[in-house]
Amino acid sequence: MSDDRILDRILAVDSLAMRFGGIVAVNELSFTAERRKITALIGPNGAGKTTVFNCITGFYKPTGGTIRLTRDGADEIALEKLNDFRISKQAKVARTFQNIRLFPGMTALENLMVAQHNVLMRASGLTFLGLIGAPSWRAAEKHAIELSTFWLNRIGLLDRADDAAGNLPYGDQRRLEIARAMCTEPALLCLDEPAAGLNARESAALSELLLSIRAEQGTSILLIEHDMSVVMEISDHVVVMDYGVKIAEGSPQKVRDDPKVIAAYLGADEKEAIAVMESGT
Amino acid sequence: MDYLAQQLINGLVLGSIYGLIAIGYTMVYGIVGMINFAHGDIFMIGGFIALITFLVLVSFGLTAVPVVLLIVLLVSMAITALYGWTVERIAYRPLRHSFKLAPMLSAIGMSFVLTNYSQVAQGARVKPVPPIITGGYTLHEGSRGFAVQLSNIQIIVVITTVVLLLLFTWLVARTRLGRDMRACEQDQTMAALLGVDVDRTISMTFVIGAALAAVAGMMYLLYYGLVDFFMGFVAGIKAFTAAVLGGIGSLPGAMLGGLAIGLIETLWSAYFSVEYKDVAAFSILIVVLIFMPTGLLGRPEVEKV
Amino acid sequence: MSGVSGSTSEHKPAAGAPGFASILQKAFVSAFVALVLFSLMIGIRTEAGPTGQLIYWTRFGELASLVAAVFVGSIAFELIRRWLGPIGAANIIPPFVQGRLSGAGRLIAPALLIFTFLVPVIFYNQRYILDLGILVLTYVMLGWGLNVVVGLAGLLDLGYVAFYAVGAYSYALLATTFGLSFWVCLPLAGILASLWGVMLGFPVLRLRGDYLAIVTLAFGEIIRLVIINWQSLTGGPNGISGIPRPTLFGIPLTPADDGLAALLGIEFSPTHRIVFLFYLILALALLTNWVTIRLRRLPIGRAWEALREDEVACRALGINTTTTKLTAFATGAMFGGFAGAFFATRQGFISPESFTFQESALVLAIVVLGGMGSQLGVALSALAMIGGFELFRGLDQYRMLVFGMAMVLLMIWRPRGLIGHRAPTVFLKKAKAISSDLVKEGQG
Repeated sequence: MSDDRILDRILAVDSLAMRFGGIVAVNELSFTAERRKITALIGPNGAGKTTVFNCITGFYKPTGGTIRLTRDGADEIALEKLNDFRISKQAKVARTFQNIRLFPGMTALENLMVAQHNVLMRASGLTFLGLIGAPSWRAAEKHAIELSTFWLNRIGLLDRADDAAGNLPYGDQRRLEIARAMCTEPALLCLDEPAAGLNARESAALSELLLSIRAEQGTSILLIEHDMSVVMEISDHVVVMDYGVKIAEGSPQKVRDDPKVIAAYLGADEKEAIAVMESGT
Repeated sequence: MDYLAQQLINGLVLGSIYGLIAIGYTMVYGIVGMINFAHGDIFMIGGFIALITFLVLVSFGLTAVPVVLLIVLLVSMAITALYGWTVERIAYRPLRHSFKLAPMLSAIGMSFVLTNYSQVAQGARVKPVPPIITGGYTLHEGSRGFAVQLSNIQIIVVITTVVLLLLFTWLVARTRLGRDMRACEQDQTMAALLGVDVDRTISMTFVIGAALAAVAGMMYLLYYGLVDFFMGFVAGIKAFTAAVLGGIGSLPGAMLGGLAIGLIETLWSAYFSVEYKDVAAFSILIVVLIFMPTGLLGRPEVEKV
Repeated sequence: MSGVSGSTSEHKPAAGAPGFASILQKAFVSAFVALVLFSLMIGIRTEAGPTGQLIYWTRFGELASLVAAVFVGSIAFELIRRWLGPIGAANIIPPFVQGRLSGAGRLIAPALLIFTFLVPVIFYNQRYILDLGILVLTYVMLGWGLNVVVGLAGLLDLGYVAFYAVGAYSYALLATTFGLSFWVCLPLAGILASLWGVMLGFPVLRLRGDYLAIVTLAFGEIIRLVIINWQSLTGGPNGISGIPRPTLFGIPLTPADDGLAALLGIEFSPTHRIVFLFYLILALALLTNWVTIRLRRLPIGRAWEALREDEVACRALGINTTTTKLTAFATGAMFGGFAGAFFATRQGFISPESFTFQESALVLAIVVLGGMGSQLGVALSALAMIGGFELFRGLDQYRMLVFGMAMVLLMIWRPRGLIGHRAPTVFLKKAKAISSDLVKEGQG
C-alpha cells in the first residue's frame, strides 16, 4: 500500500528486518512518520512492535533495512548504524519503556536532571568548571532546574518533585517517564505503551499531554499502544503490524475498518472478519 | 615429544581435580545464580577430612589400601557434604531474596570462616603425608632417558572422576532430583507451584557439589601429598574459571573446562614459567568472561529491554 | 554455629510444651550437625611430628564442649527469635526514639569531625591510640574511595586493593629511585592508579554482577602475583624498604637543626611525626570526602548514581555509559592510589603481604556495611570494623574467623547497611531522605 501524500518526513523506516537466530521478529517493514504528527504503531501481542522500537532507538542492531531520521532543516541520519546512546544524544530521539524504567532511588527532580546530563556536562566543562563552582556552571544548573520544574508542573507533579520516583503511584510514574524523555529536548519521542495500566481518566490525561506536546513543543511522536481509545483520539497516522510485517497503514478511521486489521486482532482470518462486518455489527 | 606427553598426562589429571570442583560451582550458579565463594574452601575441608580419616584408620592398623581409600572417600564425602549443607542453610538461604551483594559478601565471609576455622582447628602449618599409593607404569622409554610415566595415583584419579561424572550425569538426567534441579534452574517460582520442594532441591545441589569437591580434595591429597588451608582460594578461582570456560550451568562443560585449565596450567608451567602459572589461569578467566561469557557449551542470553 | 532453623515462615509464639518440644528438636538437630562437622576437624588434631611424619591426638573434651555450646546456643537463638517476633531494629527501638535519632543523626557527622580533629590533642601521649587513629582514617579513605565505584556507580569491585598497591609501589619506587618528595609523588601515584583503574574498567564494561566481581578479584590477584614475582622491579616478597618519610613541604620532621622542631623552637619528639601523619591522612580523607560530595551534585556523579539505578535507561537518555563507568573506576582508583602512597610513607616499608584479597574484602565490607553511597555510614563502619579488629589483636586467627562470621551475620541482619537511606543531591523544597529499599544496588 503506497503512500501518496506529500510528506514532511521525520522518520523513514525502509525494509527493516530483525532476526534472532532462527526467529524472524520483523520482516521487511517499511513506514514513515511525519514531522509534528503522532504516528501509532499497533498490532496484536508478539507482532514485533517493541522490536521495531528497539531497532529505531538503537538497542538492537537491525539485521537488514534502513532507518533514516531527518531533523528539521538538517541532514539525514542513519539510525541503523548508531549506538543507543548516540541516537538519543545526537539524533535527538527519546524513548520510554514498556516496563517503566525510572531511577527509583532518585527523586522526581533528580530523574529529570539526569535527562539533561549532556547539556550539563558540557556546561560544567567536563566537571572541572563545576568543581570550582564557576558562574557559567551555576547558570546552566539553574536553567536545568527550571526546565525540570516546567515539566513537573506540566505533568502535575510539582508538589512531588522531592519524592523518590519509586514511591510515586503508577500513573504518575508513567507521566514522569514521559517528562524525563522530554527533558532531553527530543525531535522524535518514542513511547512504548504509555497508557498501559492506566484507567480511563488517566488515559484521557495522557492523551491531552501528548496532544499538547505535539502542539507546543512541536515534537513528533511515535507510539506503540494497545488502548484503542487513545490511538483513535490522538493519532494522525496508524501503522498496523502482525507477525513482524505491516498489514495496514493509514488514518485511524481507515485502519479501524480494515478487515485485515480486524482479522489480526480477532485471531480470525480475513474472510471471517468481512463476514462479521457485513452482518451488520 | 615425551616431555609433552608427560605434561599432557599430568595436565589431564590436574584438570580432573579442577573439573570435580568446577561442577559444584556450575550447579550452584545454575540454580541460584550466585558464585559460591566458599566452595573452594569446601574443597580444602574435604582434603583435610580425608587426611584426618586416613591418619586415624592407619593408626588403627588398617593397611588394606583399597579398603582404606574407600572408607576415606565415603567419610570425607559425607562430612564435607554436611559442611556444604550447613553453609547454604546458614549463610545463603536467609539471603535468597535479598539483593545481589548480600549473598556474595556472605559467601566471602563464609570463605574466611572456613579457612580460618581450619587454621585454628588444625594449626597453621602445612600437613604432609607420605605417599599412600605408589608405583605406576612406564608408558614409553624416551631416547634421552626421559620416560613417560603414568602413576597408579593418576589412574585412580581419572577413573574416580569418570565414574563420578557418569553417576552425576545420570542423576541429573534421569532421577527425580535431577529433574527438580533443572526445573528450579529455569523457573523457581513455577517449579514451586508445581510441587517441587525448592528449598530441598537447592540444598541437595549444594550437598552434591560439596561431595564432589570432597572427592577432589581427597584426590589432591593423594596426588600432591599435602593439604594447607589456603589451597581453597586459588583452586577455587581456577575451578570457577573452568566452570565459566565450559559454559556456566553445564555439567559436561565444567569437566571440559576443568581439563582445559589443568592442561593450560601444566603446559604453561612446563614451557613458560612456573611462578606465573596462577596469573595464566586468572588471565584466562578474564579473557573468557570478556569475549566468551557463555563459554564453550553454555547457552547465550539475550538481554530484554 | 547455631540456629539451623532459619526458614522463611514465622512461628507464632506457642506457649507450653509443643513449642518447647520443637525448640528442643531443633537444638538436637543443630547439636548433631555440629557433632558431625566438628568430629574430625576439632576432635582430632594433626601436626607434623618430631620425625617429620604426621601424628595426631584427640580433643574430645573440646569437641564435647563445642557441641554443648551449639545446643545451648540453638535454644537461646530460638527463644530470642520467638520472643522478638519478626526481628528488625525498627521493632526494638520505639518510633519516637527513632525520630529523635534521625534528628540527632544530623549532628553525628560534625561532632565526629570535630572529635577527629582533636584526637591528637586529647591523646597526645598515647602512641597506640594515634596509630589506631591513623589506621582507621586510612580505611575510611579507602572506604570513601571504593564507595565511588560500588556505592555510587554500583560496580562490584572486589579488587580494590590493586589500586592501593599501585599507589604504594609507585610512591615507593619513585621516591627511592628518583628521590622525589612525597608531595610530588602523591599526585603521580594517584594518576598511575587511576590509569590502572581505566585499564581495569575497559575490559569489564559489559560484565554484570557476579562476573564483574570475580573479574575484578582476578585483576587484584594478578597485580599481587606480578608484584611478588617481578623481583627486579618490586623486590618480590621482600618488598621495598627505606621509603622516605614525608616532610612538611620540604621541612623534615627530625631532631636535626633543619627540622621542623628546631624551626618552631620546640623540643623534638617522635610523636611529632605521628601527629603529622595523622593530620596528613585526615586531610587526604577529607579531600576524598569533599570531592565525592561535590561530584555527586555534578552531572558526572548523578550519572554514576543513575547508572546504578538503571543502566538501560541511562543509555536511552543519551548518557555514554562507557565513559561513566570508566570515570567511576578512575576516580575510585585515584583515591586508592593516594591512600597507597600514604601507606607507603607511613610504614617506610611495603611488601606484597599487605595487598591481599582480604584487604579488598575488608574495604568492600566497610562500604556495604556503611550503607552504600553514604559518606557518614562508611566512616562509622570503618571505625567499627577496624576498631573491632583491634580488639582482637594478638588473636590473629580468631580475628579473621570472627570477621568472616560478622560479615555473614551483618548481611543477614542489615544487608543494606547501617545508614538506611540515601540523600538526594538536588531538591526544590526539602531534601527528603530516600529509603534504602528503593535504592538499587547496581548490577555493574
